[in-house]
Amino acid sequence: MNPRFRSAVLPPAIAVVFSVMLCSIVLAISGANVPRTLGVMVAQVGKDTTAVDIVNSAAVYYLAAVAVAIGFQMNLFNIGVEGQYRVAGIVAAVVGGGIALPPVLHPLLIIVAAMFTGAAWALIPALLKAYRGVHEVISTIMMNAIALGVTAYLLRVDVFGEQRGNNVSTHTIPDSGTVGGFGFGSGGTVFGLLLLSVVVGVGYWMLLNRTRFGFELIASGQSPTAAAAGGINAKRMIVSTMLISGAIAGLISLPEILGRDHQFSLTFTAGYGFTGIAVALLGRNHPGGIAFGALLWAFLDRSGLALDNIGVPREIVTIMQGAIVLSVVVAYEAVRRMDLAAEKAEVGEVVAQ
Amino acid sequence: MSTPTEVNVLNKARRRPLFADTQPAPWVRGVSWAVLVITALAITSYVTELPQLTSSGTMQSAIRLALPIMLAGLGGLWAERAGVVNIGLEGMMILGTWGAAWAGYQWGPWAGVIAGAAFGALGGLLHALATVTFGVNHIVSGVAINLLGAGVTKYLSTLIFEPVSRNPRESPTVPKFDTYSSQPFGRWLGELEETQRFGISDVAGVLRGMITGLSPLTMLSILLVPLSFYLLWRTAFGLRLRSCGENPRAADSLGVQVNRYKYIAVIISGALAGLGGAALVVNPGQTGYLEGQTGGRGFIGLAAMIFGNWRPGGMLTGSLLFGYTDALQLRQGPSTVHALLYAALLVLVVLAIYEALRLRWMFAALCMGGAAVFLLLYALTDELPEQLTPYTPHLVTLVVLALSSQRLRPPAASGQNYRSDA
Repeated sequence: MNPRFRSAVLPPAIAVVFSVMLCSIVLAISGANVPRTLGVMVAQVGKDTTAVDIVNSAAVYYLAAVAVAIGFQMNLFNIGVEGQYRVAGIVAAVVGGGIALPPVLHPLLIIVAAMFTGAAWALIPALLKAYRGVHEVISTIMMNAIALGVTAYLLRVDVFGEQRGNNVSTHTIPDSGTVGGFGFGSGGTVFGLLLLSVVVGVGYWMLLNRTRFGFELIASGQSPTAAAAGGINAKRMIVSTMLISGAIAGLISLPEILGRDHQFSLTFTAGYGFTGIAVALLGRNHPGGIAFGALLWAFLDRSGLALDNIGVPREIVTIMQGAIVLSVVVAYEAVRRMDLAAEKAEVGEVVAQ
Repeated sequence: MSTPTEVNVLNKARRRPLFADTQPAPWVRGVSWAVLVITALAITSYVTELPQLTSSGTMQSAIRLALPIMLAGLGGLWAERAGVVNIGLEGMMILGTWGAAWAGYQWGPWAGVIAGAAFGALGGLLHALATVTFGVNHIVSGVAINLLGAGVTKYLSTLIFEPVSRNPRESPTVPKFDTYSSQPFGRWLGELEETQRFGISDVAGVLRGMITGLSPLTMLSILLVPLSFYLLWRTAFGLRLRSCGENPRAADSLGVQVNRYKYIAVIISGALAGLGGAALVVNPGQTGYLEGQTGGRGFIGLAAMIFGNWRPGGMLTGSLLFGYTDALQLRQGPSTVHALLYAALLVLVVLAIYEALRLRWMFAALCMGGAAVFLLLYALTDELPEQLTPYTPHLVTLVVLALSSQRLRPPAASGQNYRSDA
């Protein structure tokens, strides 16, 4: 097997097998029928709209994971994706619901507004990191909490909110601002903005492999000292990377807002930012790997619903996800060391001859 | 051309600042800050007619709220002093809340404290395994432990708590510690506080809040701060442990078993975070385990540690600051937090004058600018939106870190992996 391929594929495989085994033990201890539970998890994919739901969720997770992964490339931990997408989501919904524009321009403006807001929310921790040396993990987590307050404030009925039954939401975005989907009849509808995830994925690949910025990004991550010696301005890299990451984070809520909800409400799903971190780790910041990780994660999330029906606590899925993330990073490290040892031995042999 | 040091020397010779350009002794700084802050709060509470700012009730809940933050911060301190960054404090704290509730509702609060610490220590062990043995990036491992901690407790709660409490997100009611107050000193302070005289009542309120309604866990935890200082800075064990965080290679060459010390430190760190979780459960205030009850306190604890420059005393000050703002927003948040703007303004003006006397014009100007912003905010609004006030501690964390981060010195090898064979 190609060693590069092996070191990319083997760790996630080990992690998944290990986590399934671990969860089987947990399930067995808590008295569930293990084969039946795992069977239900797999069989649910073919039922009703599950397959389409998985793809839709994966599209959202993909955006979140790319937003996180860009920072990870240079060891910049943007834990703030969570807050960035929520603030961007509400601003996008307010902008989209507040103006009328022709069909194509309208969603485009919403997308730009969302990216701009996400980037603006990321700018604060970026500046704090670059110019005040505040660790981005702390500052972005604080920004996440503050984002909760800001969205709650913006959703106030006397600000931009609208009371609907028990829920508060923004005004509905008119039809010109929404994006249709690809219908599969009774199988559900795939978000039209799935294309957005594809574009972001391709753009991310191009950025990493075909641009000077991508080179500087990876260089800064692999060796900050070498990067500095090579004339890469570390402060500028921090700020621009955070801004890009925040802009992509701003897109996270759009497939759902423009394709399904047409508004941002108090009950809009939380936690995509943290899912993004997990998926980015799983996919090892690689555009293709993240796609695989997003699909796996969406599959696991969905299977929680199916488990509820057979009386197994769905939280077993959360444990499985946590175990996968932790074991995948351990596995990547272990395989890296193995490769390193193998390489050393190989070099040793060549030298000895 | 002259080098920067020469310029400095020349500048110093030319200008004579009123105060010498040296840092005052730590205790002098601590006492002056305390006096400054209490005076500012007393003036504010007098001007705005909000006695809550310095009431014993506020101080009492400030200490209750600061306690978990302080324990998490202490946990972060132990780990980082041995060179391991512990972002997983939050997850370990969540494990601690669950463990404390599980043991607490069956066998009483002391069992809860022990189980909370033990569950947190398990999280610490996992973090040590990942970072020390497997060399995983510390932040990655920490983030994974936060996910895992939340997941495991959710699962266990559904499995074990739901049959009893009828709610998968909540534990059955956990018996609480009794609280103790130092009487009759407290009663005398109470009488002083009621007189509502400027200054005296404020100090009395603050002191009374500090000695009323203390649980054994609170007292024990506060003792852990000087104990940690003693262990880490005054014993051979502590010196070895800190050497792993400063220069593991040198420590290794002197025979310190780096990995063993890192394991010990990270497990203690997890136990302290778990204890912080237990404090949320078995101290009066909440009924028991509640999903999401830690609310980022593990992270705020880490921020308190950074604010405190990786030292126990500073960390304690940081956690009191966050505990105080948290307590304040719970008491008529929109108006009291609004009044806090006024107090911050006063502190900044004093700082600006002090810095100006030391001829540090840049910093003085920054302080004056900040004061102007606060004045504007204070004058233009009557109270803050109630949706925003719950996040006052987070905002204060950001502002405080932005102001303090530059002069800090973390352990030199914190966050780096060390392998003796590589």
